[in-house]
Amino acid sequence: MTLAPSTNSVDPLLQDIVGPTPGQQLRRRFFGHRGLMIGASVVAVLLVIALLAPVIAPHDPYAQDLLARMKPPVFLGGTWEHILGTDHLGRDYLSRLIYGARVSLLIGFVAALISGTIGTAMGVAAGYFGGRTDAVVTFLINVRLAMPVVLVALAVVAILGGSLQVVIGVLGLLLWDRFAVVMRASTLQVRGREYVSAAQAVGASTPRILLSEIMPNILNNLIVVITLEMAHAILLEATLSFLGLGVQPPTPSWGLMVSEGKNMMLFEPWLVLIPGAVLFVLVLAINLMGDGLRDVTAPENRS
Amino acid sequence: MSQSDTPVLELRNVTKTYSVKQGLLGKSKPLTAISDVSIKLARGEVLGLVGESGCGKSTLANILLGLEAPTSGEVLVDGQTLGGQDRLALARRIQPIFQDPYSSLNPRKNIYDIIALPLRVHGIGDEASRQKSVREILDIVGLPARVMNNYPSQMSGGQRQRVAIARALIMKPEIVICDEPTSALDVSVQSQILNLLNELRQEFGLTYLFISHNLAVIEHLATRVAVMYLGRIVEEASVGGLFDAARHPYTDALLKSVLTPEPELGIPDTHLGMSYPNPIAPPEGCHFHPRCPAASDLCKSKRPEPLFDPNGRIECHLHSP
Repeated sequence: MTLAPSTNSVDPLLQDIVGPTPGQQLRRRFFGHRGLMIGASVVAVLLVIALLAPVIAPHDPYAQDLLARMKPPVFLGGTWEHILGTDHLGRDYLSRLIYGARVSLLIGFVAALISGTIGTAMGVAAGYFGGRTDAVVTFLINVRLAMPVVLVALAVVAILGGSLQVVIGVLGLLLWDRFAVVMRASTLQVRGREYVSAAQAVGASTPRILLSEIMPNILNNLIVVITLEMAHAILLEATLSFLGLGVQPPTPSWGLMVSEGKNMMLFEPWLVLIPGAVLFVLVLAINLMGDGLRDVTAPENRS
Repeated sequence: MSQSDTPVLELRNVTKTYSVKQGLLGKSKPLTAISDVSIKLARGEVLGLVGESGCGKSTLANILLGLEAPTSGEVLVDGQTLGGQDRLALARRIQPIFQDPYSSLNPRKNIYDIIALPLRVHGIGDEASRQKSVREILDIVGLPARVMNNYPSQMSGGQRQRVAIARALIMKPEIVICDEPTSALDVSVQSQILNLLNELRQEFGLTYLFISHNLAVIEHLATRVAVMYLGRIVEEASVGGLFDAARHPYTDALLKSVLTPEPELGIPDTHLGMSYPNPIAPPEGCHFHPRCPAASDLCKSKRPEPLFDPNGRIECHLHSP
């Protein structure tokens, strides 16, 4: 068969006025979104602080100094020796805060990673295969939604004992519900598009269709859910630690710091307020980032 | 291309039923999307398939593409049943062109990746030869090679449909299932795409099954026409025969329903009256009788048998011997 050039020609001008690629558009919207930029910057700064904790921290977070207990922070009349004061065992509060960022972010990332993997696999399978798979996954989601996360986490931690690994594991295995729900819905939506039928008609294998046709088109939703669940996991860790069933002392954790400071709350409110405020800022920043990502990636979904 | 008497594509008494659940606890009822459809396509021919929305045209297309299995009956490609053929071998012979070029191209892939997907799936050639094939096919469908790095969102509807055509043709299939390929496009672009399809058919000896509800398009492109109503083929004839002397009252109504650009003629009245019947509970007797202007008592009780004659095929009591 010889391939003769076609007489069908396209307006030559059309090619010179093509718009930006989807990648360029996304980048432009990304940097133009204020909430997203603020959230992402705060998260990035806290991430750098957590990674460089040994370099940045002025003191050893575990070093006790019983002669310098309950020193107030600088802005409440303290000294620059301990910028944010010391706790009831004389440990430097700023250093504990910096090391505490490591615990919070580690739990956030790893728990979101574990639950994201479980939830995405379940949701995509349910949405793509439908039928019995969908019925089973929907049932599992409903079962999971009927369980109160904090109570289950408390029970498991009470049995296995509190440690960083246990907390991460429990949260990772409990927080997949939103991933599954969102990924199932997005997969259902994308599965009906004609490019999926076209790939099927070409004879593409199911893994190829899932990875190269479905996944790239539901990735934006996944990223948004990851950020929300990260914030969720960080808050739950703080809750568990506050209740004494999360990370065990003397590991520095923001929830634990609030818990340890609560006895002195009426006399030295900053003991609770400082870790509480940092926790608030981190979760707010992550949520801003998630919200922004949703705004930025949504218009493309519509076209 | 070898000419032979075996039709390149044949459907024998194909029926497809779905079970539809009514309500949460309701019993599921059968919905017959396609009922006892038999079609033959000779090589190089264009069979137009017309009918209202919901009459089973797209289900038929999905069955031909192997995306759905018929409940009963069989599909034969070159005399061999579809079920016995390898999925990939079938994909090389039959390819689709879909209705909506805004939904048929993956927005996250560039044009090169979209068109080269069939070659990748079938492991044809290496990256360099794929590049060459994509360039060639782009030239054939009338797009400059530059668009390879573009994304679908950067292109117009007509350009996108050309990309979809390029993807369908890159493996040189014998049969192309066109599922309303122009209905999502502007009128001015429609004719470009139709002319392109016509040229490609002559150039590569393709066989088309052309699904459309636009009769003008069918008249322009098809050699034979099959009219579908509620999952059944009620009339089949050559284009000339059908457009000059429609025999089935439904075909007649369809032909009368075409809008003309003449404002004085007004909006055509098809006399079809009531709306399309519920396919879960199709009418007794001839499915068309509640809307048929010439319905008799016989039509209400007995379903007409298909009648084959030199003109084609007809399923109507008015034309029974």
